[in-house]
Amino acid sequence: MAVTVSIPTILRTHTGGEKSVEAKGSTVAEVIDDLEARHSGIAGRLVNDGKLHRFVNIYVDDEDVRFAGGLEAPVGENSTVTILPAVAGGAATGG
Amino acid sequence: MIRADLVAQIMVHAFAEQAAGETPELPGFEACGMVAGPEGSERPERHITMSNAARMWTEPQVVKGRERSARTYFDFEVAEKLAVFREMDRRDEWPVVTYHSHSHTHAYPSDVDVDIMSGPLTDPRIHWVVVSTRENAEPTVPGGHEFRSFRILDGVLTEEEVDVVESYMFARDGADVLHPNALATHPDHTTWS
Repeated sequence: MAVTVSIPTILRTHTGGEKSVEAKGSTVAEVIDDLEARHSGIAGRLVNDGKLHRFVNIYVDDEDVRFAGGLEAPVGENSTVTILPAVAGGAATGG
Repeated sequence: MIRADLVAQIMVHAFAEQAAGETPELPGFEACGMVAGPEGSERPERHITMSNAARMWTEPQVVKGRERSARTYFDFEVAEKLAVFREMDRRDEWPVVTYHSHSHTHAYPSDVDVDIMSGPLTDPRIHWVVVSTRENAEPTVPGGHEFRSFRILDGVLTEEEVDVVESYMFARDGADVLHPNALATHPDHTTWS
């Protein structure tokens, strides 16, 4: 089944500048494997030691997969998978 | 290069969060957001305030071995972030600037900031602005604000000059700029300052 994957700016060099590409898979892990087969170099940015990298957010439609099974989260037909960087941080001293 | 009105909008947001969290004993909250601009350009145009997810924590959370709260941490709220990034894609924009405030320390990236700035999906072309709303802030830009900008490349943190202008139209020489899109592609405008 084909899903649409929204690509963050830093990875668009791997997709010929495309903001979104198609991929296949019924879980997030399968979609990432298929993305890697089509656009080499992407999987290493997303997965670390078999887990979703802690500074990576992946959404299936509107749901953050971190709360829905991580890499094993199901991906439905015609879903949109969105990949975004974590944006967080904070001050150096306690308060 | 950033317009003075955008600097003012960022500082208003930062001081609002400062005021929302400050007590006689505790510092204010950290604010966070972005300034979007045409994708591929160095032109920040549209200020977007983001909700700090740490404001919704019911108890402190440990990050890098220390307990943190919205007074010492920020995290773009995930649902809002999805909506905002989709909107930027629709508008052919990208986040030229990502910013946050430190409510009681100087405007310099902390160890947790540098961790995120070095993340696998963090675009090294983004300008990371850190501002401070502490007492006795040290002004770095016109208007008296402690407002500094950084980039990280291959693990090396570099501060960059912040050039505050009234208008991008007249920032270069003003003579031959007829359309805003001309700035984005002009070779003189591929650098930040």
